Amino acid sequence: MKLHLKDGTSYEGQSFGAPPAGGSVAGEVVFNTGMVGYVESLTDPSYAGQIVVLTYPLIGNYGVPKKERFESQKIQVAGLVVSEYSENYSHHEAKESLAAWLKREGISAIQGVDTRALTKKLREHGVMLGALSNNGKPRKFTDPNDENLVAKVSTKRKHVYGTEKKRIVLVDCGAKENIVRSLVARGATVIRVPWDYDFSREKYDGLLISNGPGDPTQCGVTITNIQHAMKKNKPILGICLGNQLLALAAGAKTYKLKYGHRSHNQPCIESDSKRCYITSQNHGFAVDEGSLPKDWDIWFTNANDGSNEGIRHKTENWRSVQFHPEATPGPTDTAWIFDNFMQSLK
Amino acid sequence: MKKPKSVLILGSGGLKIGQAGEFDYSGSQAIKALKEEGIRVILINPNIATVQTDKKLADAVYFLPLALEFAIKVIKKEKPDAILLGFGGQTALNLGLELEKKGVLKKYKVKVLGTPVSTIRDTEDRDLFIRRLNEIHVKTARSKAVENIEDAKRAAKEICYPVMVRAGFALGGLGSGIARDEKELVEKLKEAFSSSSQVLIEEYLLGWKEVEYEVVRDAADNCITVCNMENIDPMGVHTGESIVVAPSQTLTNDEYHSLREIALRTIRHLGVVGECNIQYALHPKTSDYRVIEVNARLSRSSALASKATGYPLAYVAAKLALGYSLTDLKNGVTQTTIACFEPALDYLVLKMPRWDLNKFELASTRIGTEMKSVGEVMAIGRSFEEVLQKALRMLSIGVDGFAPIHRTMNYLDEIKHPTTRRIFALAEALKKGVSTQKIHQLSRIDPWFLEKMKNIVDFGAKLPRAKYSRDALLQAKRLGFSDKQIAHAKKTTEEKIRALRHRYKVLPAIKQIDTLAGEFPAKTNYLYLTYHGSEHDVTEGSRATIVLGSGPYCIGSSVEFDWCNVQALHTLRENKRKTIMINCNPETVSTDYDESDRLYFEELSLERVMDIVEYEKPAGVIVSMGGQIPNNLALPLQKNGVRILGTNPKNIDQAERRHAFSQLLDVLDVEQPTWLEVASHSKAAEAAENMGYPVLVRPSYVLSGSAMNVAFDKESLLRYLKRAGDVSSEHPVVISKFMENAREIEIDGVAQKGKLAIYAISEHVENAGTHSGDATVVLPPQRTYLETIRRAKEITKAIIKELNITGPFNMQFLAKDNRLMVIECNVRASRSFPFVSKVTGHNFAELATKALLGYDISGEYRTVELDYVGVKSPQFSYGRIKGADPVSYVEMTATGEVACFGDSYSEALLKSMLAAGFRIPKKKVLVSLGGDENKVKMLPSLQKLYEMKYQFYGTEHTAEFLEKNGIPCKILYKISDKREPNTIALIEKRGIDLIINVPSKPLARETADGFEIRRKAVDMNIPLITNRQLAEAFIGALAEQGGNGLKAKAWSEYV
Repeated sequence: MKLHLKDGTSYEGQSFGAPPAGGSVAGEVVFNTGMVGYVESLTDPSYAGQIVVLTYPLIGNYGVPKKERFESQKIQVAGLVVSEYSENYSHHEAKESLAAWLKREGISAIQGVDTRALTKKLREHGVMLGALSNNGKPRKFTDPNDENLVAKVSTKRKHVYGTEKKRIVLVDCGAKENIVRSLVARGATVIRVPWDYDFSREKYDGLLISNGPGDPTQCGVTITNIQHAMKKNKPILGICLGNQLLALAAGAKTYKLKYGHRSHNQPCIESDSKRCYITSQNHGFAVDEGSLPKDWDIWFTNANDGSNEGIRHKTENWRSVQFHPEATPGPTDTAWIFDNFMQSLK
Repeated sequence: MKKPKSVLILGSGGLKIGQAGEFDYSGSQAIKALKEEGIRVILINPNIATVQTDKKLADAVYFLPLALEFAIKVIKKEKPDAILLGFGGQTALNLGLELEKKGVLKKYKVKVLGTPVSTIRDTEDRDLFIRRLNEIHVKTARSKAVENIEDAKRAAKEICYPVMVRAGFALGGLGSGIARDEKELVEKLKEAFSSSSQVLIEEYLLGWKEVEYEVVRDAADNCITVCNMENIDPMGVHTGESIVVAPSQTLTNDEYHSLREIALRTIRHLGVVGECNIQYALHPKTSDYRVIEVNARLSRSSALASKATGYPLAYVAAKLALGYSLTDLKNGVTQTTIACFEPALDYLVLKMPRWDLNKFELASTRIGTEMKSVGEVMAIGRSFEEVLQKALRMLSIGVDGFAPIHRTMNYLDEIKHPTTRRIFALAEALKKGVSTQKIHQLSRIDPWFLEKMKNIVDFGAKLPRAKYSRDALLQAKRLGFSDKQIAHAKKTTEEKIRALRHRYKVLPAIKQIDTLAGEFPAKTNYLYLTYHGSEHDVTEGSRATIVLGSGPYCIGSSVEFDWCNVQALHTLRENKRKTIMINCNPETVSTDYDESDRLYFEELSLERVMDIVEYEKPAGVIVSMGGQIPNNLALPLQKNGVRILGTNPKNIDQAERRHAFSQLLDVLDVEQPTWLEVASHSKAAEAAENMGYPVLVRPSYVLSGSAMNVAFDKESLLRYLKRAGDVSSEHPVVISKFMENAREIEIDGVAQKGKLAIYAISEHVENAGTHSGDATVVLPPQRTYLETIRRAKEITKAIIKELNITGPFNMQFLAKDNRLMVIECNVRASRSFPFVSKVTGHNFAELATKALLGYDISGEYRTVELDYVGVKSPQFSYGRIKGADPVSYVEMTATGEVACFGDSYSEALLKSMLAAGFRIPKKKVLVSLGGDENKVKMLPSLQKLYEMKYQFYGTEHTAEFLEKNGIPCKILYKISDKREPNTIALIEKRGIDLIINVPSKPLARETADGFEIRRKAVDMNIPLITNRQLAEAFIGALAEQGGNGLKAKAWSEYV
């Protein structure tokens, strides 16, 4: 099996997942530098349409646990690239091997690739389209960002979790399960709605706009819905794609990063306290800080490259973060953001 | 932020088991971090072989014992504004706590930087620790601190047997172990209470996974974990004895991050500022956890984590101690990102301990909760198989990778009850087809690791019949097989496999360690090689100079060679040469990435060095600064067309080969002890008979026990040979005449084109028979005649000329009556290079490097007539090596060394002995002298001791002898006599301050009562002298010094 990149280079390796349907599977090739958490990453809907390169060289070590541990119902990535797949796995929670799972879900995967060389290439050239293929170079590379990925991964109908007093509308643009778990654990009722759902008639105390895949400008309906919600005096929290959507709703702009942030070690500095938090991230687009309207300011900044990691309204309780306070995978340093959000609900 | 003007750093002293070279790394980094800020740095550390005690680092260096009395003197004199306690291991931490407790720091207004003393106490005192963690609902092992045996028994019953016994405030788990019942408990307690007033009885967590995190926190409360590590050997084996991987391999995201979260919460609650380490037990079936301990200081693990990730923990910790926050500091590797982040690895590392137990007669090879290893290696790669096999080769113990070794052993037993050979027992079991499940049940090693090990064994089994295809070769290399291993399996030569690899283009890729897994461009020069890669991260080099490192620390090769290597790197840099360092020891300064232009953390094997040479195309390679491992590579490298700087490898080889060197001495008419190489037991006996006993026996192949022995008669000769196992023409044995009552002299020096440029001559206090590494060494010589010095120098010049030496060398002589004999010549830097350099004030390693580069180094160097004296003492770790006889012998057993200066020989000797852990006796001395000669010769010294009002106890004959000669002495009976007062009972009651026990034939290795006294002395931590010359010197020095205080003078005040 080979991984072909749009620039003409290819990497040979061995297939360890499902054979690609029609001989070839395309996607946007991105890399993630987390050292654990492949189960969580593979099921993260934000990865929809992407061929994910894991830079940690040994993958599959602890197998795959029961579904309740996933971040969504299924594997979301288009394909997986690793240096070495570990056929033997060992963990008390494991139900099957990574390969068995990939095969069952029809996802292609390749091992034996110099993932460091590939990562450096993606870093230099930016993310690139590519394809996993069993039979030569594919004719065309489809760009997943051309279609509305959010519509594909969002829930199709409304779900309600819990019966607590405090009600939160979660706009599911591809929400990770742990966002729901984090809110429920803090005593909230979560009303999970599709990305384009008009939630204005729902009775709620706070609004959470979730993470999700692709280009935020594809989610026009969501942006309009957020703008409507801003007319109500309710707290809003955005996560990842939600950060970009909130910014767009506020009138700011977003742009595509060269190769995004996909890792568990991104240092983010909070503007007031100057405290630095280690965050889990998975995004290819970012908020253009310079385009923020006057009544908004910066909440978090990436300490490595200075990009925006969160915004907040100066007077209203509307804020959002580019990273993942719900973690899974990654560090749990910013879980306090959920605590603060819960406290802000009246 | 108000920065202090001057800071005192406490070092860790002589290298001992549980506290080794890693603290040279941490101390050096701290000094660099402070110096950048313009702070005056004062250092106390008697370890003369370290880089941190170099002129270029600290502003004032004190080669003094790390003891209260000396620390107070230095503080009084230097009046530092602040002190750092976390950079010199447990020794520094304990001394710091003492200084604080005695009010010294308060009195002299010395501020403790970094982690506050109250936090250190919380982490060191088990009861406090558990209480503090309970406050935040963090689970600790059920545990009870006790101060007497009765309480301990009660606690053990409460917790339920088996229980873990641990001594509080101890380094490397000293005096700890498992007690399965009350009897074992009482045994363990005796020992534990001898080193600590507080002992812990703990819940026993056998088989739980053992995981560690290195945590950094700043005063602004930013807190990160830099690295996590997983022990392959689960709980029950000390982490210093375990094979360790980083990052963890079998932990899920949930486990990894919940332990990480607990780490941050705990460290914040405790209030650490700087660096610390937190250890966990993690249940393999339930993911339940216990916090085992927190070390609120730099540790062996932090040195490993630094090298594993490229994150300079010690440097950052020092900056944080000054008040910087993590966000103020840059990531030194990328130079663009900040230090407040957690490294992402795109490789894994494996640390493997190196033991040297066969140097100790009778020592048990079992490993457990106490540390016994003397060094370690770290392998970097991109598969587990690769790093495991690399690490095994890096150990330099004669194995080529993961395979059974030719030693008869009960492998299943060694898997269940771990020994130092467990890794080989695992290979054997897998080869014999034992299932990984069964091995897991016996060892509790996670099946993931066992399956990976099985991959190697399975492939190894197929290898002999495998085709010479590119695929097969690549797979072998990806599984970490060396060319030599493949050649062995295919019954061909290493060269042929190498040639084949080149033809198929099966070549390793050079990868960078950049802390961010490739996410950001990094200027890093920290490199390793892997076969799991298709492209190099760095461009081809040219004309750099490669320095080959010393490999793992072991007995006989330790921090002194790292010092030499670092000097070589500095000298090359000062002379505008590009430098490349190759080494595999994470406890070193030479492997700090800012010490060279390119650092290859790699194997010191011919194959790997050639891989690097082929890519780097160096101007030359330095093999003479890193001890025996690089020295052995000189000739093979030359044969492969590599330019070796300095003495021609053929001449190095001539000095190494016994026959050739002996011939050379004959030609030069230089005397040497008679020797003969024989291939059978009977020939050996015949040779010994002809020379006359005692003889020195040196087999070339050893099954168990130590390699060298002294035989006093045919019976002992045959016993040693039998134990050696194989004596044949393939494995001959060398018998040489052992000279009794001879003295030893050493010359260290540098030569250029066969001419002597600089030399230093030093003498041993102990007579020949004590290994030079175990001897007390004096510079300049105090008892050697000028005529002897002159002759030694003449002989040295002749040999240098004959071997046409350029670079460092070391020569050892025996002097007896009017005879001067050469024992050996090493055409490389020796163990004593840092000592002679720092005592004479001339940097021998720097001069040697200049000589290698061809610079003229001729000049006048004053090295003999000095106005002061330097004495170097061995640092032993017998306390760790259960069952070993703590008596000096022809095999080296010291794990480190210290050296001190004095205005007189007596002052230097006393300070040096104190620095090595000796204590001046208060009152009661136990004397036990074997044989008439020892008694008669020691009498004048004991008379002196008597005049100093010491009280004597003696074993029967010694007591009688002393009484007869007018020295009152109480008889102590042997334990077997069952009479009171009893020797052992008195030692156990700690009723003795000093034990002088000199065996009648010091090298005969008698195992009776003498051994019991010596061993008890070590186990009860009572100062012990076993050598007559040293006893005489010590008593002489004590008498001469009398009540005079030992001075606290800085190095610069002497030299």
